[in-house]
Amino acid sequence: MGSIIPPPDIKRPNPIFSPMALRSTDILTQTPQGLYCPLGEFHIDPVRPVKRALITHGHSDHARSGHRSVLATRETLLIMAVRYGADFADATQEAPLGESLRVGDVTVRFTPAGHVLGSAQIAIEAGGTRVVVSGDYKRAEDPTCRPYEVVPCDVFITEATFGLPVFRHPDTRAEVRKLLDSAALFPERAHIVGAYALGKAQRVMALLREEGYDRPIYLHGAMERLTEFYKSEGIPLGETPKVLAAERSKLAGAIVICPPSAIQDLWSRRFPDPVTCFASGWMRVRARARQKGVELPLVISDHCDWDDLCRTIRETGAGEVWVTHGQEDALVHWCTTHGIRARPLHMLGYGDEGEAEEAPAADAGTGDAA
Amino acid sequence: MNRFAALLDRLGYEPRRNAKLRLLTDYFRHTPDPDRGYALAAMTGALMFKEAKPALIRGLVEERTDPELFRMSYHYVGDLAETVALIWPSPGHESVAPASDDAPTIGHNNPPPHVPTLTEVIETLATTSKSDLPARVAEWMDALDETGRWALIKLITRELRVGVSARLAKTAVAQLGEIEPDEVELVWHGLEAPYEDLFAWVEGRGPKPESGNPAPFRPSMLSHPLEDEDFEKLEASEFLAEWKWDGIRLQAAAGHGSDGRPVRRIYSRTGEDVSRAFPDLVEALNFEGAIDGELLIVREGRVQSFNVLQQRLNRKAVTPKLIAEFPAHLRVYDILFEGEEDLRALPFAERRKRLEALVARLDDPRIDLSPMVPFTTWEDLAAARADPASVGAGPDADAIEGCMVKRANSPYLPGRPKGYWYKWKRDPYLVDAVMMYGQRGHGKRSSFYSDYTFGVWREGPGGEELVPVGKAYHGFTDEELVKLDRYVRNHTVNRFGPVREVEYGKDRGLVLEVAFEGLQRSTRHKSGVAMRFPRINRIRWDKPAAEADRIETLEKILERGEEEVYPLQDKAAKRRKG
Repeated sequence: MGSIIPPPDIKRPNPIFSPMALRSTDILTQTPQGLYCPLGEFHIDPVRPVKRALITHGHSDHARSGHRSVLATRETLLIMAVRYGADFADATQEAPLGESLRVGDVTVRFTPAGHVLGSAQIAIEAGGTRVVVSGDYKRAEDPTCRPYEVVPCDVFITEATFGLPVFRHPDTRAEVRKLLDSAALFPERAHIVGAYALGKAQRVMALLREEGYDRPIYLHGAMERLTEFYKSEGIPLGETPKVLAAERSKLAGAIVICPPSAIQDLWSRRFPDPVTCFASGWMRVRARARQKGVELPLVISDHCDWDDLCRTIRETGAGEVWVTHGQEDALVHWCTTHGIRARPLHMLGYGDEGEAEEAPAADAGTGDAA
Repeated sequence: MNRFAALLDRLGYEPRRNAKLRLLTDYFRHTPDPDRGYALAAMTGALMFKEAKPALIRGLVEERTDPELFRMSYHYVGDLAETVALIWPSPGHESVAPASDDAPTIGHNNPPPHVPTLTEVIETLATTSKSDLPARVAEWMDALDETGRWALIKLITRELRVGVSARLAKTAVAQLGEIEPDEVELVWHGLEAPYEDLFAWVEGRGPKPESGNPAPFRPSMLSHPLEDEDFEKLEASEFLAEWKWDGIRLQAAAGHGSDGRPVRRIYSRTGEDVSRAFPDLVEALNFEGAIDGELLIVREGRVQSFNVLQQRLNRKAVTPKLIAEFPAHLRVYDILFEGEEDLRALPFAERRKRLEALVARLDDPRIDLSPMVPFTTWEDLAAARADPASVGAGPDADAIEGCMVKRANSPYLPGRPKGYWYKWKRDPYLVDAVMMYGQRGHGKRSSFYSDYTFGVWREGPGGEELVPVGKAYHGFTDEELVKLDRYVRNHTVNRFGPVREVEYGKDRGLVLEVAFEGLQRSTRHKSGVAMRFPRINRIRWDKPAAEADRIETLEKILERGEEEVYPLQDKAAKRRKG
């Protein structure tokens, strides 16, 4: 394992006592800023400004502004520029997918994670040991990003947003058809679909197009720039006009995509008898859907479900698993009962954007901006 | 089964009646016989099969899952049926099974599982023995997806609970054609699942089914609340009045079957057959026709309060002990049919005479007449309403919640026609309470904090404190709702999911004047009291929180019982004085 990449030239602190390989904690440790690689002197997805950050994907809880230098995929760097402005870091460097890069005393390699456009796992290798930080990832098909690739490793660092066996994501096509069937049954009502602005929104649009929906898909203003970015990356999403405040009452029969906070906001109440929809893995559990006042839950997730988490851990061949955030306990239990060493990291600061967020979204004022 | 599951799934999230109707009608239109008929039977509670107990389902899932994973999942989901539906390891999902040394089951040559139709499920349930039931249920669970499994568990444990009444399901069937829901109601009791003749009729493909029910339900006539401005428009001499009883509206119907045997039924206001809950009353229906009245509990000739009546309701087993302790009584006020004769077109005053004659013939202590309240002017009636005991209500005054005012020439019309019947309820109790929490509403109000928990002052261990005494979500206008919503958002101190705690204390907080119909002692509430029908009567933007009422005010109402009404006028007078 790890033989493709030449062993890095590093000085081991005491080779006599660690003859086999470097300990995984020498490659990666936990700090208040997030995961830190001492040998490479960089953080991964740090929650506070640091000297050198490697970023897995563009969701705001992983990709924050204010770092001195950022290494990420081309798409992730562009997404950060869209969100934070071109000067989100003092220096940036593009990490081409699949290429090994030397950072300090380690080799790093970015590989597609299948989560959102530009998302990557980061493999760190030193002294014959490979640690993979998955970031957020999924195995399900997604027309808007590259599919996940399994990277064999010794230590696999995974999220567990949906780390309970009650989370099994259904076929997304059936979920999108539920939305289309409802739109056909209630042509006098507007269907307001809550979806995270980066990734989920564009995936829902792409899925609607795959199912043959060719009418305009209306967007809340907060969706606009990222959707334009997806289109500029060559992802066909069709006609996606922004909803104008004065137009809302006229959008009977339309499908409108907005941030999750807006489905509960007065903004959405101005549409004709709106049907409140929400595209998220959380919609699998009825109480969660009800809590948000959702009338048409769409179980569409950008994270792995339970089966895919377990399958991925097996496929990496990792002998040790660290679980960053989410429902850690059940996944750690599963690993342990299947002979894989595992520990929860209880990391804070993740899950502030996208599905990893569990609590009801904060209110976004009266939302007249859109 | 999948289509039925999808329907239940969607209905469970849909708060709007009309949208529910549309979903049901769409399902009936696009689902073939006999599946749609069995679905109708499931929703009207007409299915007969031995139900599966939740323990059976639990047993099945425990054999198939790691107990620790199941425990964590159940804790998270909070509902057994749903946890089982979601965690069930269908073939190909080994990751929830207990870890074992057994060879993996991958590569077996079993055929893919067969997804059962609703008809197969129901017919199989009717014929399967108790010992074979677990194996059949497990096969179905393997074949179905998450939603399908959830619906299956709901169906076989008879816990559909998707907010569809029998009446609504029948209305949806009627809407397949040009038929009035009441017509479906009239033929309903002659029909059996899967109702192919009913669907054929409403779709214009077959004849109208014979009404096999000699004691059918006829839709009830309902009233409008009497508003202050109505008195100027209404001429007192054109109206008759009776007490409004604080009970449960019932329709009692009796006739003879084709075999000559008597058929006696008791229906709720919405047409649900509730005969089984009141065998003591069914026995007393020694007449032919249909009468309309109020279910009350009468002990030693005295009508008991609604709190007592509640103890008779919603019991699964109606035991002789229950009947003896809570004897059911029907206090009647209208007659719809006498024998085969439809009286509904007659004026109310005429029907009343026919009713009086019928009750006299019956001569049964369990069925009596609701007395008329004599009055000449609205002022007379107001006085009677304020003090029913003074106009002959005697000890029954406790169970009176106001007056019914009916136009003397009113026919008996289905639904809530305007201009005929009015209810003039007793003034509610009022209390000034302080808003403590706001919760998001449902349906159209889902974006608003529209449900408010409020409290009154009491002496706590650490000094004066507010204790929650109730929750109200209506009584205010749409404009007031916008203001209340803004108040909650701007004064939030804590968030708990959909609930926000607002600022409150001696020197801060919003006072709500809460109106309610009655009080009960309650062990479930911290304050020890529970309110009936609380609603926001006024928002007291002007009143300091420190001047809100104290728990002692409520305790006095409880102690005095319902004779000691704390009426609006008294309260207003007190406010003027203070």
